[in-house]
Amino acid sequence: MEYLIQGSVMIEKKPHFITFDNEIQHRSLWGDVWRQFCMHKGALAGVIVFIFITLLVSFGPLIHGIDPSTINFRERNLGPSLSHPLGTDNIGHDTLAQILAGGQVSLAVGFFAMLISLVLGTLIGVLAGFIKSLDGPLMRLTDLFLALPILPLLLVIILLFRDTLRTLYGPEAGIFLLIVFVIGITSWMHTARIVRGDVLGIKEREFVTAAHSIGTKKRRIIFRHILPNILSPIMVSATLGVANAIITESALSFLGLGFPPDFPTWGRLLYDGANFIQITPTRVIWPGVFIALTVLSVNYIGDGLRDALDPRLRGK
Amino acid sequence: MKKTISILLFLTFALILVMNVHAKRGSDGQLNLLYWQAPSTMNPNLSGGTKELEASSVVLEPLGRYDENGNLLPWLAEKVPTVANGGITKDLTSITWKIKKGIKWSDGSPLTAEDVVFTYEYCSNPDTGCTQSNYYSDIKSVKAVNSLTIKIDFTVPKPFPYAPFVGYNAPILQKAQFNGCQGARAQECNKQNFFPIGTGPFKVVDFKPNDVIVFEANPNYRNPNKPAFSKLVFKGGGDAVSAARAVLETGEMDYAWNLQVEPEILIKMEKAGKGKVVSAFGTSVERLMVNFSNPDPSLGELRSEYVGGNNNRNPHPFLSDYNVRRALSLAIDRQVLVDAGYGKAGKISCNVLPAPAIYASSANNECKTPNVPEANRLLDAAGWKKGSDGIRQKNGVRISILYQTSTNSVRQGTQAFIKEMWKQIGVETELRNLSASVFFGGDVGSPDTYQKFYTDIEMYTNNFSGTDPQTYMSNWTCKEMAQKSNKWGGNNMPRWCSPAYDALSAKMSVTSALKDRIRLSKAMNDMLMQDYAMIPLIHRGDVSAHSNKISGVRMNPWDSELWNIADWTRK
Repeated sequence: MEYLIQGSVMIEKKPHFITFDNEIQHRSLWGDVWRQFCMHKGALAGVIVFIFITLLVSFGPLIHGIDPSTINFRERNLGPSLSHPLGTDNIGHDTLAQILAGGQVSLAVGFFAMLISLVLGTLIGVLAGFIKSLDGPLMRLTDLFLALPILPLLLVIILLFRDTLRTLYGPEAGIFLLIVFVIGITSWMHTARIVRGDVLGIKEREFVTAAHSIGTKKRRIIFRHILPNILSPIMVSATLGVANAIITESALSFLGLGFPPDFPTWGRLLYDGANFIQITPTRVIWPGVFIALTVLSVNYIGDGLRDALDPRLRGK
Repeated sequence: MKKTISILLFLTFALILVMNVHAKRGSDGQLNLLYWQAPSTMNPNLSGGTKELEASSVVLEPLGRYDENGNLLPWLAEKVPTVANGGITKDLTSITWKIKKGIKWSDGSPLTAEDVVFTYEYCSNPDTGCTQSNYYSDIKSVKAVNSLTIKIDFTVPKPFPYAPFVGYNAPILQKAQFNGCQGARAQECNKQNFFPIGTGPFKVVDFKPNDVIVFEANPNYRNPNKPAFSKLVFKGGGDAVSAARAVLETGEMDYAWNLQVEPEILIKMEKAGKGKVVSAFGTSVERLMVNFSNPDPSLGELRSEYVGGNNNRNPHPFLSDYNVRRALSLAIDRQVLVDAGYGKAGKISCNVLPAPAIYASSANNECKTPNVPEANRLLDAAGWKKGSDGIRQKNGVRISILYQTSTNSVRQGTQAFIKEMWKQIGVETELRNLSASVFFGGDVGSPDTYQKFYTDIEMYTNNFSGTDPQTYMSNWTCKEMAQKSNKWGGNNMPRWCSPAYDALSAKMSVTSALKDRIRLSKAMNDMLMQDYAMIPLIHRGDVSAHSNKISGVRMNPWDSELWNIADWTRK
């Protein structure tokens, strides 16, 4: 994706010596994107918040040294204090430690599930849009997945593979793989539909016809000319996918299909804490704030990226 | 003298006036009940759920029922038949009930013995799919001797013949209404199943399955001054916490049922001063079931199956060791579990049969205080040595337990505590929670049901209705083992099999003297407890809440909580 060709304009990315020639100032695509991105204040704030949350859940446990699974029966339902900055829950877990540990899981699930659904959705969407003979079967497959009742499907998948994965990778890693896979495999359909629609539009444009006429291979057309132009819908669905995966994971945990009950995730912490909102409000507020901030920041990043990647908007 | 008479007269008038104001049918307006699991039918014979039994108990009534202390009271019957009053024959094979005179159905027709006979015929017809059929087991015949007398003959001597037509599980249906609804047509009779005609204080006027039921006072109820409420709304939906809030905090509802919520939440809500939490201890015990068969997934068809006669040839790799089971029980600090999850609604229990009090054994009180050093000593002595990861093992078998239960925040709290407690004796625990509808659903196709028990330990509550433990204690005989061969229909989840226990159970079914029945029940309980076939944790109370404005609620663990709703009034 080093070139972005739209119509007859060709922007080339190569290592350049910076010239001060005002008439043909070569700029790299990603440099342009970055400049445009920085102009979107919300997106910039999103990046900062997202990096902050990621750093916090990655390195926070090293600073706040309490093991999230430690139970202290004498310290139940405590308010914030020095030793427990966010208080404790009704069985004596440290809330901050739980939120940090839960964040690692939730972010990882959100990210990897999004990746799977993105790759799958883009692959199917591009194939369906670009290769006419595949369009019918692939789109019917998409319809099929959309029409499938998700819950029974999840039940079947989990029943079939839970014990196998558990023996292969252990309870936590096994369930992690399963959940990421399950969420990925059940959320690619909308991406596929959007991507197909955009591909259908773009493949009729002049620059693709031009590429065809000079004998460019199909694979090359897809990677050089089509994919870069549908980046923006992909990015948007990716950001929505992260939020969706975090929330789906919490729903699965509630049904008993997710992680073991002593394995904190943001969704589970929020759900468990809801009943205690009057006694220890921190249990609900903080996981909620973290989920909301993550989803919002990722959405803003997506928004900024879309604007930055759209050449028609760039520079405005 | 004249003065005295006039005062007396005045007092009498005043009394009549007061009685008229306070005890007139329907004078207290509407009563709002909140059963957050909404009933799906009003016919208790077509549902095993407590919610349906509770809802139907305000309309349909049995011949006899239990009060809050577990005493059997005559309800539609004149008196409780006993051997002493001649109601039960000496050989214990026949019981004769007499119905009170003048009882009418809500449509005005009289209740007769024919209705009682019909109820038996309805439920004993195998095509009906009657879920209460175990209350009518071993019956040879039910006959109407005359219009108000019913004679039940049993095929075997019944030391405790009070199962049929007693309690909220086995109320009387009206023959005229249900006549066309027997057998295969039972499920199709929506009009009958949703709007049963009863003898109780209320009659159904509107029924929306899984949502709301509206009742009105029964104009033909036997006590002309009762019930005090003209209308009863039985609302479903929500969850336990929101139900508790509606009664205790906001005061929108008058009564809420089944509030298994963490104690601190209820205490906080109760402080609002609008209502009161009530609990009653029946026979419910939250217990750990110990799997005596091997649940290893690689065994395929043989997973958790008992193989062989008196000796299991598919034993559990470590739970078949008595020392391991005992150590697991010793390591648990039950008081912590009570304080964190149950509060007033729970007590430590060392028995699987904790009530009625006369049946409760005191031989197992060791479990009341945890003893971690002793548990460690036992495991050391039995050759279970701690490995480099701190987990005990012997001959390559690690004590790593998969522990399942249903999704409920109190249960997940208990799981977390027990995991920590077992960690102290070098036992690794993996927790699993399953949606209650799957876990208790009984679907033969699902591997996650409590009957299939494809894990090492599982936790749930079980109890029995009424006060006689014979059927309940027969749950752990060898033939009750849940197996593939009986489509996992048995009640013996641990797959624990002991010929000595079976002999005691058989003996109990032919013993009538209460003293001997108590001795046998205790012996069976002790046998189960001392072999650690189950690890009892908490004697659980039923918890409900009622508004401070309602009086007359007598929480009943042995029968419907609404058993005396005719006596409830608004202050």
